[in-house]
Amino acid sequence: MKILVCISKAPDTTSKIAFSAGNTQFDENGVQFIVNPYDEWYALVRALELKEANGGNVTIITVGTAGDDSVIRKALAIGADDAVRIDAEPTDAYFTAMQIANYAKENGFDIVLTGKETINYNGSQVGGMIAEAMDLPFVSLAAKLDMNGNTATMEREVTGGVQVVQVNTPFVASCAKGMAEQRIPNMRGIMAARTKPLNVVAPASVDMLTSFVSYDTPDAKSSVKLIDPENMDELVNLLHNEAKVI
Amino acid sequence: MILVYVNSDHGIGKSAMEVVTYGKKLGDVTVVTAGGASDADLAKLGQYGASKVMIDRNAKADDAQQLTRLVATAAAAVGAKIIVFSNDLVAKAVAPRLSVKLKAGLISGAIALPEMGSDFTCKVNVFSGKAFGNVKVNSDIKIISLLPNSIQPELTGADCAVENFDGAVGDIKVKVLETKIPEGEIPLTEAEVVVSAGRGLKGPENWGMVEDLAKTLGAATACSRPVADIGWRPHHEHVGQTGFAIRPNLYIAAGISGAIQHLAGVNGSKVIVVINTDPEAPFFKAADYGVIGDAFEVLPRLNEALKKFKAANN
Repeated sequence: MKILVCISKAPDTTSKIAFSAGNTQFDENGVQFIVNPYDEWYALVRALELKEANGGNVTIITVGTAGDDSVIRKALAIGADDAVRIDAEPTDAYFTAMQIANYAKENGFDIVLTGKETINYNGSQVGGMIAEAMDLPFVSLAAKLDMNGNTATMEREVTGGVQVVQVNTPFVASCAKGMAEQRIPNMRGIMAARTKPLNVVAPASVDMLTSFVSYDTPDAKSSVKLIDPENMDELVNLLHNEAKVI
Repeated sequence: MILVYVNSDHGIGKSAMEVVTYGKKLGDVTVVTAGGASDADLAKLGQYGASKVMIDRNAKADDAQQLTRLVATAAAAVGAKIIVFSNDLVAKAVAPRLSVKLKAGLISGAIALPEMGSDFTCKVNVFSGKAFGNVKVNSDIKIISLLPNSIQPELTGADCAVENFDGAVGDIKVKVLETKIPEGEIPLTEAEVVVSAGRGLKGPENWGMVEDLAKTLGAATACSRPVADIGWRPHHEHVGQTGFAIRPNLYIAAGISGAIQHLAGVNGSKVIVVINTDPEAPFFKAADYGVIGDAFEVLPRLNEALKKFKAANN
């Protein structure tokens, strides 16, 4: 079984979010980049578990520049067999997805996994786009994935509940919480990652459909209004007359 | 022409009213939907500004590939230039597929109406709620996926026509074995009021007072990550960076310290009330109203005060 896991770099969850160049670019100053947690904790770890149980090969893929190699090595340290970097700036979800779909079509994979979204752009777009570009079924926000031969049984989130679905390979799925538990790479994994193959592939020519033109940060909250814990009538009064939310 | 996709399989929800209201502000709205809703229910979307509803009763409302073909066929039939979804779990599966199929730029997580000057741009939530981005779409057809609770539904018209429509949806590759949706619960992402609690409640047996308060407020219940991780509450109640992101009008949090990862899921809330025994809890910095006190005393007291308020105002 050949599994392709799509990873993206993302700022560490505790990063200060600021913008530069007249609020047109994310300010990377002092920001530590990590593997997007949904890609790593859920998609990659579940792929490794499936490989450990059934055999096969796990390849990670990202669209990025040479500066992203350290993030790719982090993912390799967790246990993937090899990595592919499409050598381009991941300008929008469409561009990114089409690059990955092109590679996946040429190289033939049984399962393509992504995280449910990145923690920086939160678009939840790339997985579905890859599926459409490859004309494959897509299961979004899967919280469980079990394989029996070439049939997958998955649990996915639907509005207000969960749904159990079945699909045959090849397919694309985006992975959410519940899929697997985070793995901390050990020293042997970190050492092995240094020599695992990282293939750099030239990008295909793809249009960009969207672009971020500027950013804002939310207005700072005015300071909190403290209410006497004995006087909840006062809180109800404020919520009704001042905040007007009840 | 504006094409709006709505989920109608479980009745017409608030998010459907929101997207139709949103679409109406951009132009003449045609609604497309799938599944088994009644004509009478669908006609009501006219009251929020739809000119017409097209339904394909053969399309499965939970199959992303069928819905993608349905919306694409409908978009071609009406000549849609803007396609609007509510950014829910269906849209997260369908809108990206449609973007590729139509080669149309997708704005996901929109929180405002687009600017339609020389450039078409729209404001979205990014960095897990810690910032906003303005996204420009370069393609002729644009797809907008609107975050729930970003616009108030507006009643503007009368019932509209409902037509059967053949979306040429093709076959199904993802077989649904079982759907488990608890009855009578308000979907967390659609709720206008959310009552949430964390480890400060000390155990799952103490959630009664959270549920009582939620009942009084007509609210959904939520929880912090540790509480979902140790199994006190189900995962679908977990809000935060790795759980659901919500933006209700009122978010009441008891016994949650307010780690940055939790704030990422809730800082789109219009008003935040924090109840915590620790005056140094970081959540107070993000709150509009704070109560420094024991949730075990404050929650029941707040519930009584609300009941009194409701009795006086009905």
